[in-house]
Amino acid sequence: MKSKAKHYSRIKCQQWGSPVYYISFLLFKTKFHPVSGILLEMAVNGAVTWLRRAGEMDGYGLSASDTEEVHVLAVDDSQVDRKVIERLLKITSCKVTAVDSGRRALQFLGLDDEKEASNGFDGLKVDLIITDYCMPGMTGYELLKKVKESSVFREIPVVIMSSENVITRIDRCLEEGAEDFIVKPVKLSDVKRIIDCMMTDLREGGGGRRGINKRKLRDDGEDRSSSSPPSTLSSSSSSTAPCSPTTVDSPTRRLKMTSFEEHVFSNKK
Amino acid sequence: MDLVKLQRQLVDYRDSLYHECFLDEQFTQLQELQDENNPDFVVEVVSLFFEDSERLLNELTKALEQQSIDFKRVDAHVHQLKGSSSSIGAQRVQKSCIAFRNYCEEQNVEGCLTCLQLVRQEYYLVKSKLEALFKLEQQILSAGGSIPI
Repeated sequence: MKSKAKHYSRIKCQQWGSPVYYISFLLFKTKFHPVSGILLEMAVNGAVTWLRRAGEMDGYGLSASDTEEVHVLAVDDSQVDRKVIERLLKITSCKVTAVDSGRRALQFLGLDDEKEASNGFDGLKVDLIITDYCMPGMTGYELLKKVKESSVFREIPVVIMSSENVITRIDRCLEEGAEDFIVKPVKLSDVKRIIDCMMTDLREGGGGRRGINKRKLRDDGEDRSSSSPPSTLSSSSSSTAPCSPTTVDSPTRRLKMTSFEEHVFSNKK
Repeated sequence: MDLVKLQRQLVDYRDSLYHECFLDEQFTQLQELQDENNPDFVVEVVSLFFEDSERLLNELTKALEQQSIDFKRVDAHVHQLKGSSSSIGAQRVQKSCIAFRNYCEEQNVEGCLTCLQLVRQEYYLVKSKLEALFKLEQQILSAGGSIPI
């Protein structure tokens, strides 16, 4: 059972710029977020944007990039993982740029050598960065820090992926501003969840974005021979509210732990 | 060969690979990402895995032949191999890498050498299994059939 507001959480980026969409959406909001007032004003004026970096948009006339899909910058030194994440993102209707290192990611953003991008963005704007944690040279954590230190790019959500389920690592990343943390191997349901949450977050103004940090926890070496039900490839959004605290897509998906659980897990490596 | 027979053979073979833990649900996930527009996705990813693995096995062999073994380096290679095997669902390879990493941490040369042998063995096993699986798939497609889910 989906509310109308939920309906707009589908990835239909070509609708993002529509003032009608904005106004309609706002009618369904139960909480009035301070940013919504600004959004409403923008919608009314016909100058719309979902992203806080408004550079390219000029009034109601949508620029080409707004009718395109969500653009994700994927960073992973493993070519196997890059291929998989690229496919997962494309299936989720995202445009993908995949690079093999943190350095290249910064270059792509125009942030390399500690230089700030001069004009905000020329070229494709990035809506989301999804990066591996363990990479030679610059780790995903270091990349996260660089992005969050940048006045131009710090609003871009960053998701960390790691094959290692280490609580201190997860916490460190979340504290540094990571949007989410996925334990590899990455599945379609993970990517869908991330994209859905991102959309919802942007729509709700994004300010309170650390509301729910979800982690997928899985023990290394655990017998995973029991297969989970195959995820469907339909483009509909997940059947459960993506950012609801009670959502559990699989037995391994959990919320931010209680302190008891943290205590238990901190004793395991 | 009879198409139906081929399809049955494929299903049985594939089931056995899961049953014997050569493959896990991540492989199923990859198959689900394949469609008419991306009909070779699984083969492509698995080919990258083969490429990566062989390179890493060579690196590991070299690294463990050194007079003074750089265990950090060895561990880094194993970590990579563990990651890519996990990403394609090659469960037995992945698990053998976990044991390997423990020996790296302990800086146990003998342990590492044994594990390298084991990982290599598991890798070549899963490689031959996957190649056989793909061959069966190809036969079915060539006979005008579709691959059973």
